[in-house]
Amino acid sequence: MNVARVVDAKGLACPMPIVKTKKAMNELESGQVLEIHTTDKGAKNDLTAWAKSSGHELLDYEEEAEVLKFRMKKG
Amino acid sequence: MTEKKKTTIVLLSGDYDKAMAAYIIANGAAAYDHEVTIFHTFWGLNALRKDESILVKKGFMEKMFAKMMPRGADKMGLSRMNFAGIGPKLIKNVMKKHNAIPLPQLIEMAQEQDVKLIACTMTMDLLGLQEEELLDNIEYAGVAAYLAEAEDGNVNLFI
Repeated sequence: MNVARVVDAKGLACPMPIVKTKKAMNELESGQVLEIHTTDKGAKNDLTAWAKSSGHELLDYEEEAEVLKFRMKKG
Repeated sequence: MTEKKKTTIVLLSGDYDKAMAAYIIANGAAAYDHEVTIFHTFWGLNALRKDESILVKKGFMEKMFAKMMPRGADKMGLSRMNFAGIGPKLIKNVMKKHNAIPLPQLIEMAQEQDVKLIACTMTMDLLGLQEEELLDNIEYAGVAAYLAEAEDGNVNLFI
């Protein structure tokens, strides 16, 4: 999968992961994929809800050594 | 996408923790692409005060108010466990450890995200606060302006 951009939100607390994700998403074209790295425990629910409400598609999610990685396709 | 949703928040409290909650929700809502308005009234106005002393003409009561109220977001106390000012210092240390954003930066970020910050002019008069003492790029309005935003709002909070 082609990841157009990676957002590094590791170590950042609420509301930064979502704010940074939104900022990066604004700069992408529809169909491009954004990868988000975060350590915030709430991020899974937050990003899932945000993607749904903003019309993006959460493609997958993995946990790697305490870092949560999300891939989201711009709607 | 369809028409933007709206979030409106009334910030009456002048406590650091409550203002922080308001501004975190505001920033989150802005990331949700909502049109966000925070309407500051009474003690919430102190979140908008500039931290430097500004020379404006004031009566005796107004001067007393100005002295007794926190000058800017960073000087606000906590609603619980304030311990005469030690509480905020402790919590700011803890926040740094957890990478939480301090209130002044949350306010800055809200402005960058085009959150509309409104100061209630009636309570500004009561507390003797003048436009020169408040942050730049905010708006001044009354209850009607707030209601106009809130009546077609999707999220509406009173903090």
